[in-house]
Amino acid sequence: MAENVVLQMRNIHKSFPGVRALQGVDFTLRKGEVHALMGENGAGKSTLIKVLTGVYSKDEGQVSIEGNEVAIHSPQEAQKNGISTVYQEITLCPNLSVAENMYIGRSESICQNWKKMNTDADKILQSLDIPAKATQQLSTCSLAVQQMVAIARAVDTDCKVLILDEPTSSLDEQEVEKLFKLMRDLKGRGVGIVFVTHFLDQVYEICDRITVMRDGQLVGEFEIEKLPRVQLVSKMLGKELDDLSDIQGEYSTYENKEGEAPVFEAEDLCSDAGIKPFNFHIKKGEVNGFTGLLGSGRSESVRAIFGADRITSGNVKMNGKPVKIKKPIDAMKNGIAYLPEDRKRDGIVGDLSVRDNILLAQQVLRGFLKPFSKAESDKIADEYIKLLSVKTASADTPIKSLSGGNQQKVILARWLLTHPEYLILDEPTRGIDVGTKVDIQKLVLKLASEGMSVTFISSELDEMLRTCSRLVVMRDGRMVGELSGQDLNQNKVMNTIAGGDK
Amino acid sequence: MSKKFKNMSDTNLLLTITVVVFFVMYLGAMLFLGSGFLKPQTFFNILNAQAALIILSCGMSLVMITGGIDISVGGVTALVSMCCAVYLDFKGGNVAMAVVIALLIGLAFGLVQGFLVAYLEIQPFIVSLAGMFFARGMTTIVNSNPFNVENEAFVALKGTRIIIPGLGSVNKIGKYVDAYIEIGVIVALLVVLVLFVVLKWTKLGRAFYAVGGNSQSALMLGINVKRTKFLSHLICGFLAGLGGFIYFLHVGSGSPSHASGAEMNAIASSIIGGTMLTGGVGNIIGTFFGVLSLSTIQNIVSSAGLDEPWWIGITIAAMLCLFLIIQSVVMAIRKKGLTK
Amino acid sequence: MGNNDAKKSGGSSFFAELTRNQLFIPMAALLLLLVFNLIMDPGFFKITLGYNSAGYPVLSGFLITILDSGSELAILAIGMTLVTAATGGQDISVGAAIAISGSVLLRMLCGTNTRPETLVMPVILAFLITCVVAMLFGAFNGTLVAVFGIQPMIATLILYTAGRSIAAWVNNNELPIITEPSFAYYGNYIPGCPIPTPFFIAMICVVVIALILKFTTLRLYTQAVGINEYSAKLNGLNPVFIKILSFVILGLCVAVVGLIKVSRFSTINYSVIAKDIEMDAILAVALGGNALSGGKFNMTASIIGAYVIQCLTTTLYKFDVQADALPAYKAVVVIVLVVLSAPIVREKLAKLMPKSGNREVA
Repeated sequence: MAENVVLQMRNIHKSFPGVRALQGVDFTLRKGEVHALMGENGAGKSTLIKVLTGVYSKDEGQVSIEGNEVAIHSPQEAQKNGISTVYQEITLCPNLSVAENMYIGRSESICQNWKKMNTDADKILQSLDIPAKATQQLSTCSLAVQQMVAIARAVDTDCKVLILDEPTSSLDEQEVEKLFKLMRDLKGRGVGIVFVTHFLDQVYEICDRITVMRDGQLVGEFEIEKLPRVQLVSKMLGKELDDLSDIQGEYSTYENKEGEAPVFEAEDLCSDAGIKPFNFHIKKGEVNGFTGLLGSGRSESVRAIFGADRITSGNVKMNGKPVKIKKPIDAMKNGIAYLPEDRKRDGIVGDLSVRDNILLAQQVLRGFLKPFSKAESDKIADEYIKLLSVKTASADTPIKSLSGGNQQKVILARWLLTHPEYLILDEPTRGIDVGTKVDIQKLVLKLASEGMSVTFISSELDEMLRTCSRLVVMRDGRMVGELSGQDLNQNKVMNTIAGGDK
Repeated sequence: MSKKFKNMSDTNLLLTITVVVFFVMYLGAMLFLGSGFLKPQTFFNILNAQAALIILSCGMSLVMITGGIDISVGGVTALVSMCCAVYLDFKGGNVAMAVVIALLIGLAFGLVQGFLVAYLEIQPFIVSLAGMFFARGMTTIVNSNPFNVENEAFVALKGTRIIIPGLGSVNKIGKYVDAYIEIGVIVALLVVLVLFVVLKWTKLGRAFYAVGGNSQSALMLGINVKRTKFLSHLICGFLAGLGGFIYFLHVGSGSPSHASGAEMNAIASSIIGGTMLTGGVGNIIGTFFGVLSLSTIQNIVSSAGLDEPWWIGITIAAMLCLFLIIQSVVMAIRKKGLTK
Repeated sequence: MGNNDAKKSGGSSFFAELTRNQLFIPMAALLLLLVFNLIMDPGFFKITLGYNSAGYPVLSGFLITILDSGSELAILAIGMTLVTAATGGQDISVGAAIAISGSVLLRMLCGTNTRPETLVMPVILAFLITCVVAMLFGAFNGTLVAVFGIQPMIATLILYTAGRSIAAWVNNNELPIITEPSFAYYGNYIPGCPIPTPFFIAMICVVVIALILKFTTLRLYTQAVGINEYSAKLNGLNPVFIKILSFVILGLCVAVVGLIKVSRFSTINYSVIAKDIEMDAILAVALGGNALSGGKFNMTASIIGAYVIQCLTTTLYKFDVQADALPAYKAVVVIVLVVLSAPIVREKLAKLMPKSGNREVA
């Protein structure tokens, strides 16, 4: 058994300022197996992989390859140790030819026998059944083929460990099939493959073993036959109930009047971000959720509601009246607020002060010629800092120097200040401490009881079950179910997310 | 046709556009503007006048392919001309040593700018803007008045004409005049050839493309990105020195106002020749045709009677603007076609 | 009008507070230059009251020159700061655009006659037309940057090349001369007032931009777009519009400088007018401690920066440096500034700092 092990990671620790990304994680990979690494966002999968490939340096722990301990400090060193990685975003140069992408940067000699290189490349491409010519420019290949070229490069470097980090997220079914065929070939040659993906179907199709991670910790290593889908989902999402009581009961539900039109209603709404057209509505005072695994289109759907991506079709009504929402400002004017998923990229304006970050959206709504006076802005900022108990040195502190949770509160304050009718929160609790999480959940319920409609998205199922009265389930860019009332329980939700009949 | 268009590399596609534009333009000029353009010497005169620009543009293309820019080349040309002129006439130096001085000046600029850009990661534009002003200022400090060089060996070299048999023509008074090119043209063609081979067939050449295409990926593929960027600026500096000397050889004088706007012409030629500002795409042959297109259109503009001095500046800018927009439109269409 | 709030009182951290203040760099540079001049030749500070050819009292001296010429730069620095903040790049076509503005202004005032007895239209009307033209050129630059996504410095390179040719073309390459004496007031002195007019014009511009920054949300919008375009978009801003707007405002500044420049000599020289001024304007922004990569800005610091640059120029002139050689010295200043503000260098310096601190403790 032991001599079969190609890669072993023991007791890996890694911390970033304010976050313990990996806490004592073990990982074992055997020859000729496909090993799935699973976990929701923030579970620590990508950190683990980056430690392995030398992008990050570990704080503690050992990595050994075929029994010999190794120290890996850069992607090049990883390559020399026989670890090849294919990332989700293709890390090849689109402006070079296929063969060049396979061979560049691999040897030190100045000259290159181009003819030999091209014939070699063609041979490899043929043997792996990749439909590309060596001399073709890479960018003229489809994404799937580009992905396979990246794998071909990895394979040709005589690798022992091949890491595939979400290689299938941009591929269609046939392309995935081709990729799987390639993986089986490699497996037959004794290469150990680490496969990271969010698609459960794929895991059960190709993998032999699964390692599940959650919150930077190892949940366990399982053989595929011994871990049914529903159990996998429950392990990923973590179903043990924490010490939080049923907070839903603490707040009264908002009473809707008979025959009142929904606050927001969309028909055949679709954007260019890779989702299928969907219908959706939300009533006054309702808290609903979009659930589904990462990449299922839950964020893209709410972005379409807010007009954040390019809208390609659909009719939208607010309180029964048709409105046009093409840009974020349209949505804001109609009383919709959106707290984006990627806080750093889409939420905060890093160098600006906490005060300016709170005021930004409301200021845009007020218009160009009506800035808040110094006194007004101080008053509002102080009020909201207090209301949401944001921990900051002062309102003048640049938001980027706050912790993640406090940044999130500031963004939340920004949108509450606009007094929206309909508030969309996309992963408002990601990467923040438990206390703040509960604060935000309670706030959501309080706002709803006062008549605000809220859409709440979270990777943590518990959280959604506690706050939402209706869940929309998404898979592969499509709405596949809607659960409410009795159906709102973990088993039912997980079954719907997992799909299939297992 | 459309499939061919799709499978063509970006570099070759833009090169094709450039070459086609050049020939259409030149043939058009032959047909509609007549006599002048029918003489081979007209074409050779373009080469003679633009030899230095060809060299400068080659360096510029190289830096642009790697994803940077160097706008100091015009200033360096002026500085090189002035230093060589002063050395030859006031210090009584020899021509060979002048060449060495020219190359050393160019290398010095390339070295400093390359270091600042590659290893300190400062924006290439700001660095070379400062380089340009420094070179221009230094030119004045070296000598503030324009003057012609009278060093004999140099004047002899400057006057050397390489006769091209069989392509001469009869002039106004009925005398047969041989067609000729100057030494600079030979040097320029050599530079084009060498750089073409380097870019296309050596690892270093492909590394330039890789870094310009996606420096992050290039790093992952095991390329030393910093060194590659540094080398591109170093070579560009070297070529600016060489181009500066060829320029000096053509005009035979030193002046602070020499080669004013040369950096702009070099950038314009590169862009017209199919080098993308965003890096990673470009071809030295295209750059060569870019220079020819640029000066042909200037000739056309003045032959067409628009000989006021401002037309040249406006034409270059308009052509640059046009090609920039063509590039972004063509690339947008291709992107759309590929994702479908 | 600066967004620094450092009026914090003394104590041991006073020096630390001071160096953190954005106004520290330009102020320190100004002080350094003045002290240098004081040591080398106190005559630098001499201001004399004389009479010009028309018999009106005028002040003269190096400090007055700085106040006079620095004002043009200060006006440009206003626009350049906004462009830098919004786009993270700089406009290098301002010199050429000033040539165009000046040329248009003369064309409007003189018509087709190059030596008009009387002006064709009132100066104010001609100036307004010039403003519109300059703003259109600004919008052209802005469109290339914001819509086509071309880097600002490359996009403005187009106008940088073509600008002076366009300027010559506007007036058919003739050099109109205005004999009307009142036209010279804008670039020189108003009769009876010993202080040069450009200073007053600059102060008007400063007050206007101060009021705009106070009574509109321009600062917030520009900074938000410059720091995080995606986030700005999701907060309902239109980054394309804001970027174009910043170039249009710079266009307006260019028109004002064009008026001053042309008024100084009552004529124009297309190839010399406002030569190399783009370098000074960028330098003013950088010296003001504003990041050339965009984002937060401090207008006061930029404006002071402009006068500091002029102080440097005047000092160099005083030591008999030729006008054409000036760029060489300034280029060195630029390189020193950008090297010191480069993130990599800062990181290395920051690593050195605590070490030296420890040593002090030990």
